[in-house]
Amino acid sequence: MNTTVVAQLQRQFQDYIVSLYQQGFLDNQFSELRKLQDEGTPDFVAEVVSLFFDDCSKLINTMSASLERPDNVDFKQVDSGVHQLKGSSSSVGAQRVKNVCISFKECCHVQNREGCLRCLQQVDYEYKMLKTKLQDLFNLEQQILQAGGTIPQVDIN
Amino acid sequence: MAEVLLPRKMEIPNDPSKFGSPDLLHVLAVDDSHVDRKFIERLLRVSSCKVTVVDSATRALQYLGLGVEEKSVGFQDLKVNLIMTDYSMPGMTGYELLKKIKESSAFRQVPVVIMSSENILPRIDRCLEEGAEDFLLKPVKLSDVERLRDSLMKVEDLSFTKSTQKRELETENAYPVHSQLKRAKI
Repeated sequence: MNTTVVAQLQRQFQDYIVSLYQQGFLDNQFSELRKLQDEGTPDFVAEVVSLFFDDCSKLINTMSASLERPDNVDFKQVDSGVHQLKGSSSSVGAQRVKNVCISFKECCHVQNREGCLRCLQQVDYEYKMLKTKLQDLFNLEQQILQAGGTIPQVDIN
Repeated sequence: MAEVLLPRKMEIPNDPSKFGSPDLLHVLAVDDSHVDRKFIERLLRVSSCKVTVVDSATRALQYLGLGVEEKSVGFQDLKVNLIMTDYSMPGMTGYELLKKIKESSAFRQVPVVIMSSENILPRIDRCLEEGAEDFLLKPVKLSDVERLRDSLMKVEDLSFTKSTQKRELETENAYPVHSQLKRAKI
């Protein structure tokens, strides 16, 4: 094992994950998820976030359909979708997605279709952005493991 | 020379909820969110609980044998120590599930914990009034689960101690031959 390479990768990983927290992509719940992962369940976090991204994609599609016709918007259904999205984003620590959902809910309550469409676009953007970031993070993890190192536990407090 | 008589094998019921196995509590978790199901399952496993997860209140009732078409017969051996359910679910809510459980003679003693992402006081009150053991705000913390587990294990502890004492008394009476052999030592 090349300890310099491992140390470099670990440093890279640490800096990257800290930046994700600092930029508000992730909140403390993500670190709670990481604590639940161990050698016996090395893919736990990746699996949970994967389910989350599936949820995002599915819910965004159904909400988009509900918002399509200006004269016939089912705000109850949109609100239900946002509620689910807010819940799962909260469970994985996807802070930016969750925050958009809060505004999104407001737009639903006042039946503001334009506002809803903007929020929908934003939520789509945010989840895809997070997906890319986390993919990069998981890739770094893989590189560390392949180089024979261990993944650092990062304290964000 | 005395014959060696092997004692008859004791029949101990295979009860996963008692000591002897690392999985002490069997928890039934109910949530319509796939993400939350995966999360709560992991929390419970990390806390050394046996877990069964279902995606709706209807399926929970089916699992417990309380479904519309089923009778409670045959489910006497099903041991569930705790039910954790999400509040907002399509179809039957966690609150309605709570009521159905409290109405059933087989399961009304099982503690039911409600989980919700919304901190709505009247909702919490309603659930507690209906007999919920606790109301947890999502995302649920590991410390919440550990606290629940510890308080429930204390209850199981007491009932287990009583049942082992009872079992010991019973086996003494069941094997008088064995105790006679013990006395006739060479």
